[in-house]
Amino acid sequence: MASTTQTEIPPAPPGRRTRAKSTGRVGDKIFLGLSRGSGILLLVIMASIAAFLTYRAAIAISDDEGNFLTTFDWNPAGDPPVFGIAVLLFGTVVSSIIAMVIAVPIAVGIALFISHYAPRKLAGAIAYVIDLLAAVPSIVYGIWGALVLVPYLEGLNLWLDQFFGWTYIFEKTEIGVARSLFTVGILLAIMILPIVTSVSREVFLQVPRMNEEAALALGATRWEVIRLSVLPFGRSGVISASMLGLGRALGETMAVATVLSPNFLISLHVLNPGGGTFAQNIAAKFGEADAFGRDALIASGLVLFVLTLLVNGAARLIIARRKEYSGANA
Amino acid sequence: MSHASTSVQDRPVPTPPAPVSSLSSRTLPRLAPLGFAVVSIALGVGIGAAAGWHSRVQWGLLSALLFLTISYVATSVVENKRQAKDRLATSLVWVCFLIAVVPLASLLWTTISRGSERLDGYFLTHSMAGVLGPEASGGVYHALIGTLEQVGIATLISAPLGLLTAVYLVEYGKGALAKAVTFFVDVMTGIPSIVAGLFILSIMLIAGLEPSGLMGALALTILMIPVVVRSTEEMLKLVPNELREASLALGIPKWRTILKVVLPTAIGGIATGVMLAIARIAGETAPIILLVFGSQLINPNPFEGAQSSLPFYIYEQYKIGEAASYDRAWAAALVLIAFVMILNLVARGIARWKAPKTGR
Repeated sequence: MASTTQTEIPPAPPGRRTRAKSTGRVGDKIFLGLSRGSGILLLVIMASIAAFLTYRAAIAISDDEGNFLTTFDWNPAGDPPVFGIAVLLFGTVVSSIIAMVIAVPIAVGIALFISHYAPRKLAGAIAYVIDLLAAVPSIVYGIWGALVLVPYLEGLNLWLDQFFGWTYIFEKTEIGVARSLFTVGILLAIMILPIVTSVSREVFLQVPRMNEEAALALGATRWEVIRLSVLPFGRSGVISASMLGLGRALGETMAVATVLSPNFLISLHVLNPGGGTFAQNIAAKFGEADAFGRDALIASGLVLFVLTLLVNGAARLIIARRKEYSGANA
Repeated sequence: MSHASTSVQDRPVPTPPAPVSSLSSRTLPRLAPLGFAVVSIALGVGIGAAAGWHSRVQWGLLSALLFLTISYVATSVVENKRQAKDRLATSLVWVCFLIAVVPLASLLWTTISRGSERLDGYFLTHSMAGVLGPEASGGVYHALIGTLEQVGIATLISAPLGLLTAVYLVEYGKGALAKAVTFFVDVMTGIPSIVAGLFILSIMLIAGLEPSGLMGALALTILMIPVVVRSTEEMLKLVPNELREASLALGIPKWRTILKVVLPTAIGGIATGVMLAIARIAGETAPIILLVFGSQLINPNPFEGAQSSLPFYIYEQYKIGEAASYDRAWAAALVLIAFVMILNLVARGIARWKAPKTGR
């Protein structure tokens, strides 16, 4: 640092400017170093999450006497220790799919409502209300779901069983309160609604006005405008929004842990109480787990981590690709 | 092809009468949808009450279905198929919106009405020390302290880190490193809170650390950083380039430009982002279960020993499963929601008040 000041002085006689310049450089270097360092730190954190989880998971899986992928049991404290993620994977995927099937159409509807149907002044307020849904902590959703939603859903379950029981999926073979994967799916749908809505809304607002006005000028009704110009433009955005929502639903812990009454069976009767998800299993089994049991839970968490990483990564790639090609952002 | 062209040629002959008739065709009055809604809700409630369905969910779904059918049929009878489809889409979009509002309203209503039964000065200033589950006593003081300390530590770590990363991405970032950071910040936003908890847990297992508030705060940090980075980045991008160029043209080094010009311009938005991030992590339960363990006692030291936190307290009281503990859970939920909502409102207020003046 001293050398730079020395080399700078001879060519530029006015002393004040050189001093400012040289301190500026040092400051710049420090500042750049700090900010780049924190960027790198983020990457290090991500890498170490993967590394540490893998390391602990490897300890657990190597001592697992059952098959980690296909065993229908979670008993790492047993002798021999047997545990597997089959039921958890099934429950996680099924509840998330139910959530998506319910949430995505409604979210697209709300996004259209905000972007194209609601009165201009109301639209902002509605968007705000939907954002409030996202601000509610998941544990509050959890106790609301368990204490309010579950009793309310019993009638709906009866209906589904009565009218759609023939589909096998909606056949309710066990009597019991609605602490089922289906109820969890509904609750997750409510929870992922805000993120799917807000991303879709952003995309719908970016639709080139020219396209819409052209359709209107041809005499299209409002629905035809949306079908012909808004939805085709927004399709990839809606897909990535739903994948972001899927990522949320996959990793949700508390809402599932409070609502579901878990068991270790795989059943496509989604109305029957039972099943389990990765996050719910970790929260529920952690209290009673010994050191090895914790490693086993970490192993299941690793699978969840990889799953959400893939889903979120794919969603982000779709968004990024869309940005490159869309004229709106050019 | 030839078929299409003939049909185009044929069309002018039959169409002229159509526009005339459509201009003078009957249309539904403007308030018709409102009427449909009233009729279908009345029918839904009537049928529901008559059939003795217990759950209001059924009543609501039936009303929604009736509303869609009535507005479609009425419009296709009075107007035409295209208008009917348009009306159907409009009704559907309205129904979607209402479906989303109902759970939010129910949730807020339940929390406020059930929570206010138990919420008073005593509840806020006492811990659960020596209180058994079924007793209608005890309070949330220890959990409040835990939440404030854990969230405070997490904010102290992640606000500067997130801010610096965002500065790097906006002001310096070029090339592969910046792209990788951007991508992984996005991916990091999607990390489930329980996985962040497991990560710190695996470090604890390796290093032989004991559960404490600090460990929970570290997991919350991982969840908070990407949110701060994202929002700060957006705000820094809104700062007009003219300001930077003017400052640089006066010979001011880049780091001083960032500190004295760019950051102050965007400070409102940055504060908003940080507060929204705080609101988000304040409600996280999963990492606390794994890393802080929960306690019935007041432990003001976040660096040693088990603590509690508001969301953990709610979960704990819910699991006890007694009437008194449900009351405590709802009251704590009300405290938590109030905390989060006030943060949200203040944050958005700041955002509106201090919005960076863009070049308009």
